[in-house]
Amino acid sequence: MKISLVEYDAGNLPSVERALFRQGVQTERAATPQAIRAADALILPGVGHFGQLMRTLGARGLTAPLRDAIERGVPLLGICLGLQALFTESDEAPGDAGLGIFAERVVALPPTDKLPHMGWNQLRSVRSSVLLEGVPADAYFYFAHTYAALNAGEAAVALCDHAAPFVAALERGNLFAVQFHPEKSGDTGARVLANFVAHSAASARSSSHTDGASRP
Amino acid sequence: MTLARRIIPCLDTDGERVVKGVNFVNLRDAGDPAALAARYNREGADELVVLDIAASRDHRPTFLETIRRVAAELAIPLTAGGGVATVDEGRAILRAGADKLTVNTAALRRPALLTELAAEFGSQAVVLAIDAKRVGDRWEAFVRGGHDPTGCDAVAWAKEGASRGAGEILLTSMDRDGTRSGFDLPLTSAVSGSVGVPVIASGGADTPADFLDVFTEGRADAALAASIFHDAIQGLGELKRFLASRDVPVRTS
Repeated sequence: MKISLVEYDAGNLPSVERALFRQGVQTERAATPQAIRAADALILPGVGHFGQLMRTLGARGLTAPLRDAIERGVPLLGICLGLQALFTESDEAPGDAGLGIFAERVVALPPTDKLPHMGWNQLRSVRSSVLLEGVPADAYFYFAHTYAALNAGEAAVALCDHAAPFVAALERGNLFAVQFHPEKSGDTGARVLANFVAHSAASARSSSHTDGASRP
Repeated sequence: MTLARRIIPCLDTDGERVVKGVNFVNLRDAGDPAALAARYNREGADELVVLDIAASRDHRPTFLETIRRVAAELAIPLTAGGGVATVDEGRAILRAGADKLTVNTAALRRPALLTELAAEFGSQAVVLAIDAKRVGDRWEAFVRGGHDPTGCDAVAWAKEGASRGAGEILLTSMDRDGTRSGFDLPLTSAVSGSVGVPVIASGGADTPADFLDVFTEGRADAALAASIFHDAIQGLGELKRFLASRDVPVRTS
């Protein structure tokens, strides 16, 4: 199985790579439309600015291949800004379109608490989750963000509270995303990444039964 | 469910080795940064800071290699800095494996640097370091590793820095640094109460009670220390258990 990290100069790509490597998971970097189309599973890391991310993806011709991969049911994990990119747009960059998988808008958290929301926080489970399987209910995850999705319909599996309740983890079919940084969240974060890898491997196996010719 | 208060060990380096000093002078060797990083990662540090306190241009490649070696040991966030004056220097530090970078002297000389860094990397990656010293009835920001007075009010500078794009303030009390006489609570509280971004208190840590005080009376969001952790005077697990017993939210798992 080929797990590809979408490469667009995201600062945390090497950290994600290292976190997976520690678990014995080899990854590749996907910087072209072809590489994205060839991936069995994708991780969209993210640190930085929503507008910059969407413009870079657009300039490299990666927006359509990413949407297409999600529609084909290729397992994808968005991290931090990679979660926000799944929505239609963001207060951070009005006018720059997101991938639009979710109809909601990413908003600036209200300044009732200190921002950025920076540090370790706990989650509030909404429903059972593939990503959070085996993670203790009181576990802490590392967050570093000012913008957030306040809801994602049925896809939200866990919320977090800081300034406002927001989506901390979402899942819909093979699409997964987290607002926290699993690659910076110690052993609990490692478990989340391992859960995604295991789900992707199972998904690749079942698709090779039905579609073995096109997905060796 | 509350955002945990963070405990952050700090590695002051000469670019390559961890060094220790009192009030920014009398430096001596305190070990290998990657080995200390691995230990703190294991023992439950919430983040790690690594600084190049010499910050001379000629050995910058050495410091970048140190960042790479430290980052390789960590499954927690890493902040690095020392002498950063341009967006390109900031990018080199982040590319080497840091999640956030600190700026100090160059930002005071040219505050627009904060805005440029935030536009490029996001505010969450930009930490404004302020070295503050009591002068009369206020605190003044010093630069160049605490050598040069600026005449600039530290609280006012923290506010301006946050409004220009810094996502966090690393506030060091020069009066307390290395003295092990407790954090400067009035300074920390004054800064934390006047900015909307998190404040990391630094300088003077000794006992668990000092940390309790800086999180309550000092209103700090995070607390940083160096020598008490390096010398194993204070264990991270024991410190966090003490804070949890006093109802300070900390990550103990």
